[in-house]
Amino acid sequence: MLQGQKISRESQVTGGGVPSDEVRADSAERYALNAQQRKHPTAALLTVPAAAALALGIHLLAAKSEPPNESHTYTIVLGSFFAGAIVAAVMQRRWPALQTRMRRFRPLFTVGVLLLCVWEMITSGFRMLPLPYFPSPAGVVQNMINDRGLLFDSTWHSLVLLLSGYLLGVVAGLVTGVCIGWSAPARYWGMPLLKVVGPIPATAWIPLAMVVSPSALISATALIALAVWFPVTMLTASGISNTRASYLDVARTLGANSRYLVFRIAIPAALPSIFVGLFMGLGASFLTLVVAESVGVKSGLGWYVSWAQGWAEYGKVYAALVIMAAFFSTVMTLLFKLRDRVLVWQKGMIRW
Amino acid sequence: MVASSLRLRDVGKSFPAPDQPLTRRPVLETISVSLQAGELVSLVGPSGCGKSTLLRLIAGLDFPDSGELLVDGQSIPGPSAERGLVFQDPNLFPWLTVRRNIEAGLAARGVLQQKRSEVKEFMRLVGLEAFAEAYPHHLSGGMAQRVALARALINHPKVLLLDEPLGALDAFTRMRMQDEVLRLWQNRRTTMLLVTHDIDEAIYMSDRIIILTQRPGTIQQIIPIALDRPRDRSSSDFLSLRSEILELLHFAGNRRSEVTA
Repeated sequence: MLQGQKISRESQVTGGGVPSDEVRADSAERYALNAQQRKHPTAALLTVPAAAALALGIHLLAAKSEPPNESHTYTIVLGSFFAGAIVAAVMQRRWPALQTRMRRFRPLFTVGVLLLCVWEMITSGFRMLPLPYFPSPAGVVQNMINDRGLLFDSTWHSLVLLLSGYLLGVVAGLVTGVCIGWSAPARYWGMPLLKVVGPIPATAWIPLAMVVSPSALISATALIALAVWFPVTMLTASGISNTRASYLDVARTLGANSRYLVFRIAIPAALPSIFVGLFMGLGASFLTLVVAESVGVKSGLGWYVSWAQGWAEYGKVYAALVIMAAFFSTVMTLLFKLRDRVLVWQKGMIRW
Repeated sequence: MVASSLRLRDVGKSFPAPDQPLTRRPVLETISVSLQAGELVSLVGPSGCGKSTLLRLIAGLDFPDSGELLVDGQSIPGPSAERGLVFQDPNLFPWLTVRRNIEAGLAARGVLQQKRSEVKEFMRLVGLEAFAEAYPHHLSGGMAQRVALARALINHPKVLLLDEPLGALDAFTRMRMQDEVLRLWQNRRTTMLLVTHDIDEAIYMSDRIIILTQRPGTIQQIIPIALDRPRDRSSSDFLSLRSEILELLHFAGNRRSEVTA
């Protein structure tokens, strides 16, 4: 990025470009933060520790009505968060990297902790919601700790199933997408099939999958792959067929054969569109994973949720949901990172 | 450096009309002209007269309906690295850095490994060593067009087809680039066919100027430019040629006067 900024500045001198959007947005943000900083230097520092202290106080008051072994872990969690917030508030004076990070995340952390307070007050505090359907945050954390072995195992199984189904679907989707996007006969025969079969939600195939497949795991993998295949194929095909004709013309006058045109021109040009398909496919794969696990496969987080529900252990249900959220958003973040790396050439051209 | 001669005999091309797909509208008719090896010829004419179509035919990206196009006496089977084409839009591949864009000329032919050493030379030729690792959207219009030229030249084309390559540049950059293209041409002695809207550019650069009529384009006149190089844009010979050509273009029916005088 440094290099990019330098160049755009130079091209400004020669009369060419304008500073990229990103540079402008960065400085706007910095300006806003500086203004904020000047107004409340110390008060701003204390918002996160103060929120954590409030949460801790509410928790200790509310916990009086709970059995002590239920609330113990959550006390430790909030306590260490409070301590961490204090340390961060003190350290950020010396450590600029932490300071910028804290400045950005301070409002988010504060509001997040306050929401936990509200949750605790309406559950174990005032008992406004019926048990066992709405446990307190303390109960959820406790369940997470108590059942950690099974939860870890479920997460691992979900990860393996998700990755194998997703990768299979992506590979298949890329191959069919490139064929349909590039070759006219493949488009003629493939497009109607894609338009008719593609929109059927993968989960609707579950009855058929149960009949034809030798094992639930294989059919779940195939269903996830199918769910991913459709958007990846669709957006790959559209990206490939929308490759600017002039790129292809230029490449042909440079002596390119059709393999070069497909792999070095059409596919790179289609990558922004392909990544949209990869993201849509990832969303579809989460959905299919959870459904497949709760109806057929006897492992994974989806199975865990329906199993815990069967025992009316809602604390475990929420524990699994929290882990699912962390798990899926991590996978999503990794895909974002991959895109940032692959599409680095778009930086400054497009605002993400 | 070997240049090719170019011979067009009765070339005609038509396209389906956009509003009536069943009728074909002629774009070029009975174009006959020969270019010697190493000649620099400009093509001027009113907009829509088929200049770009003619370049695409020579590049091998399109095929004529009638007549024949011969390069060194051979008809053109399709696009080839021997006939480079540079458009008004540089059309750099945005996913490649400047260096890799220039390398693309070699990579497309599968000879990058053997000829990698030439990349540096061409980057120096167009003065872009400092920007080797920059992506195209960081470049100004003039820089991008220099990369496009380098990318086409690295294949040592025997014919270089230029489709208004300097049209999008501001006046100063354009004049500087005209000198650069001339320098490249004088060093390499490629046969060049330059489409332009700018009569000064045509006179300043070419050995001959072909003037096309309005659509369907036919050759109205071919004017040899016998001025010594480097040419002086304000000499009286230059100016009288310029008014002569303007007069001809006026007869060519160019009332909308898109030509920049």
